Amino acid sequence: MSRASLIFAGLLALLLPLSLLAGRVWIDPFAGTPSAPNATLILVELRLPRALLAVAIGAGLGAAGAAMQGYLRNPLADPGLFGIAPTAALGAVASFWVGGLLPPALAAWSLPAFALMGAGLAMALLTLIAGRSLSDGASGSGGGIALFTLAGLMIASLAGALTALAITMAPNAFALSQIVLWLNGAITDRSWNEVWIAAPLVIVGIGVLVVAARSLDALTLGEEAALSLGVDPQRLLWLLIAGVGLTVGASVAVAGIIGFVGLIVPHLVRPLTDRLPSSLIGPSALAGACLVLIADSAVRVLPLVTELRLGIALSLIGAPFFLWLLLKMRRGDMS
Amino acid sequence: MNVLEAQNISVERGGRRVVRALSAALEPGTMTAICGPNGAGKSSLLLALAGLLPTAEGAVSLGQRALESYPAAERARKVGYLPQGADVAWDVSVESLVALGRHPHGDARGAGRDAIATALAATQMEAFRSRPVSQLSGGEKARALLARVLAGEPDWILADEPLAALDLAHQLRLIGHLRSRADAGQGVVIVLHDLALAMNHADRVLVLDEGALAADGAPEEALDPAVVSRVWGVEARWLGEQGARALVARG
Repeated sequence: MSRASLIFAGLLALLLPLSLLAGRVWIDPFAGTPSAPNATLILVELRLPRALLAVAIGAGLGAAGAAMQGYLRNPLADPGLFGIAPTAALGAVASFWVGGLLPPALAAWSLPAFALMGAGLAMALLTLIAGRSLSDGASGSGGGIALFTLAGLMIASLAGALTALAITMAPNAFALSQIVLWLNGAITDRSWNEVWIAAPLVIVGIGVLVVAARSLDALTLGEEAALSLGVDPQRLLWLLIAGVGLTVGASVAVAGIIGFVGLIVPHLVRPLTDRLPSSLIGPSALAGACLVLIADSAVRVLPLVTELRLGIALSLIGAPFFLWLLLKMRRGDMS
Repeated sequence: MNVLEAQNISVERGGRRVVRALSAALEPGTMTAICGPNGAGKSSLLLALAGLLPTAEGAVSLGQRALESYPAAERARKVGYLPQGADVAWDVSVESLVALGRHPHGDARGAGRDAIATALAATQMEAFRSRPVSQLSGGEKARALLARVLAGEPDWILADEPLAALDLAHQLRLIGHLRSRADAGQGVVIVLHDLALAMNHADRVLVLDEGALAADGAPEEALDPAVVSRVWGVEARWLGEQGARALVARG
């Protein structure tokens, strides 16, 4: 285990129990008798799934961010660039329309199911485009990756436009506020169901990204050099679509849009590693888990009338950080 | 033996034919320079020889076997390619950079460590091994990137303008490293802009003009003033004696 992995694994081991104790009702682990009524219920049915969900989402987004920055060879890349998150969100928004038509037993599952279908649609589209944009991948002409990323951005903006359309045409004011609220991202009132949906997908997704890691390292030297080192660009792109699709799709399905994690986390991790993508993915997963866990614990204990949405909280942290990052880049001591 | 041979190859890029019906058999243990005016197809030829650019016609073979038929990793172990420019996306240490050369072997942390150490030694970069690439000078970076190729222990080293942007001393040093690889039995092919460097250091020069082979042979004949005049459109004269020539040109 690398130094960075150890640091963030240790931090996570510390944060996880703390996050279980924090909230509207504080639980004192040292009290002989339960310090709050229903303490066990709160812990097992509310806070534990919520904490595990934060860990799963953060880990997936962190690993996806590290992989995307490695693939695009750009420290400003973000897992959202492929358009998977907005398309998953579009799927979720669609479920607000059809969810009411389903029997109640299915309705609870319709949102994550629709979001995952959205992510799957984006992945299928990206795979189709990948086949075309890289079909002359061995031509040495380069630019295949840039072309592909542009295609991803187009999918993202199309999905964004359709989502906006769906919002303006919301069937009623309640649905409208539900959609907008959901889009802001949160893991309030989630149950074990969501954990079972997200965790396996995130684990598989991170596994796929780890398989791609060594090829991402070779890409450090540019597309032609990577090709000359035996990297198969088509296979790499498929692995990336699958890995990012699974991790990001799963996180949108259970939590809505959670921004900035994938962008920031690799920057926190990079100075602790040799900076190659392969040394970054594992620690970024752990650091992402820490970050989302901290943010979600913070929104729980902030003394506000309604709980601050997790997505908003992370953007509140993320935007100033990103600004600082840009200024630091201008000074030239970047990455 | 591991002869690298272009058999009547044509190469197209972006719908344009950039290499035309070119044949050349390159021997291991020699240093071949590819020269020609801008846009003559030098880089495309090198990419095709490296198996990274498909040929529209003809084929490149390595050791009598079509380069295309090699699995990517096996080809990568035999043919090392050094792209033009010093493009390193992340500020890795010299040692991590050089270790990337073991990618086709997959043993950077195991058996490949000896090869990495040898490559660092061959390019006199041992003292820099833990230095981040952002803190290297242009010459040091060029050597580190060459060490990356050497670490893969390829039979062939194909380098695209490895001396561009280097000062005189660093040019001589780097070409000296490449020369010693050729003397050790590896095949070396380099694209060179500087005709004097090609004249003084290469065993063989391929002169390209609009994608076709304009001259091929020992430097003294292939870079004969008549060829220079025909291909570059410049009246030129070689000064000095063999092995220490300088080119004087008038437009």
